[in-house]
Amino acid sequence: MRAALFAMLLVPGLALAVGRPAEMLPDPAAEARAQEIGRELRCMVCQNQSIEDSEADLARDLRRLVRERVAAGEPSEKVIEGIHARYGDFVLLRPPLNWVTAPLWALPVLVLGAAGLALFLMRRRSAVRGGPAPLTEAERARLTALENDS
Amino acid sequence: MEETEATENGPAGKPRTPLGRRLLLWAPLGLALGGGVGFWAMLRGMRDGSYDPRGVPSALIGKPVPAFALPAVQGLNTPGFGPESLVAGGPVLLNFWASWCVPCVVEHPQLMALQRRGVKLFGVNYKDKPADAARFLAQHGNPFGALVADAEGRVGIDYGLYGVPETYLLDGRGIVRWRWAGPMMPDTVSAELEPLLRRYA
Repeated sequence: MRAALFAMLLVPGLALAVGRPAEMLPDPAAEARAQEIGRELRCMVCQNQSIEDSEADLARDLRRLVRERVAAGEPSEKVIEGIHARYGDFVLLRPPLNWVTAPLWALPVLVLGAAGLALFLMRRRSAVRGGPAPLTEAERARLTALENDS
Repeated sequence: MEETEATENGPAGKPRTPLGRRLLLWAPLGLALGGGVGFWAMLRGMRDGSYDPRGVPSALIGKPVPAFALPAVQGLNTPGFGPESLVAGGPVLLNFWASWCVPCVVEHPQLMALQRRGVKLFGVNYKDKPADAARFLAQHGNPFGALVADAEGRVGIDYGLYGVPETYLLDGRGIVRWRWAGPMMPDTVSAELEPLLRRYA
């Protein structure tokens, strides 16, 4: 029994399908497309899972809705668009680029830019400072005296 | 002596003044302080309800209400309604609820109070059994002027609902003006809803 359960865990596809085989579309290509759509959509109840991963009621309803639209032959973008219109930007796990999300997208660029600038300034500072000043005549004479001593 | 002179020559090679050095030392502390104040403000907002990290704005604000055709709840005398009755003039509150939903019990006294004050309140019974809904209303009172059943939860999805209770305020022309996710408490009604009811009256 234990071994059988363990074996089931080793097959990820099987582990996913267990519990809701009735939900899946009979056509494997359509089901694959529905899953692809579902992985783009956030479950609004759990907020950090896609509707494909979540067992929340609302996620199940949305999965069903997506599968209905896919079975009706609606293109994937239109299915996502329809749900986006109702639940807003937050439902998309990949946030769209607009004025509200612009800071989110710009942040990595800004941080990298700032780090690059800081690095550049630090390098320039040390380059300008250069090495130590050349030895004076007196120092050089002392150095040769020391070298001859040993 | 000559060594220090060499470092002072370049434009970017100026050694830091004591003041600059001290500022640099304090910078991490200043950053930590700023972060702390921000975090404290966030926690305070979460406690008094002005900030909700899970809160998501409704995509429907400023848009017309989605159309729907739902039956009245069976076994109740309360009539059903269609989208046309939401554009009849004057603000309408549309409340999604269910008998199995615990926060709905918490919210119910506020709905009863709104109904007593003459606010137009329509209900959508979400994924519920008619008998359970009737029992709930018999026990807690029926605040709804009209009530429909969304047994499948499809209309809920059209509204961008993500749980019950959820309440939408529609102006007289059927435009969604406000959405409250979760139970409306007495201070929600007084602080948020009442000014809007006055504005759209």
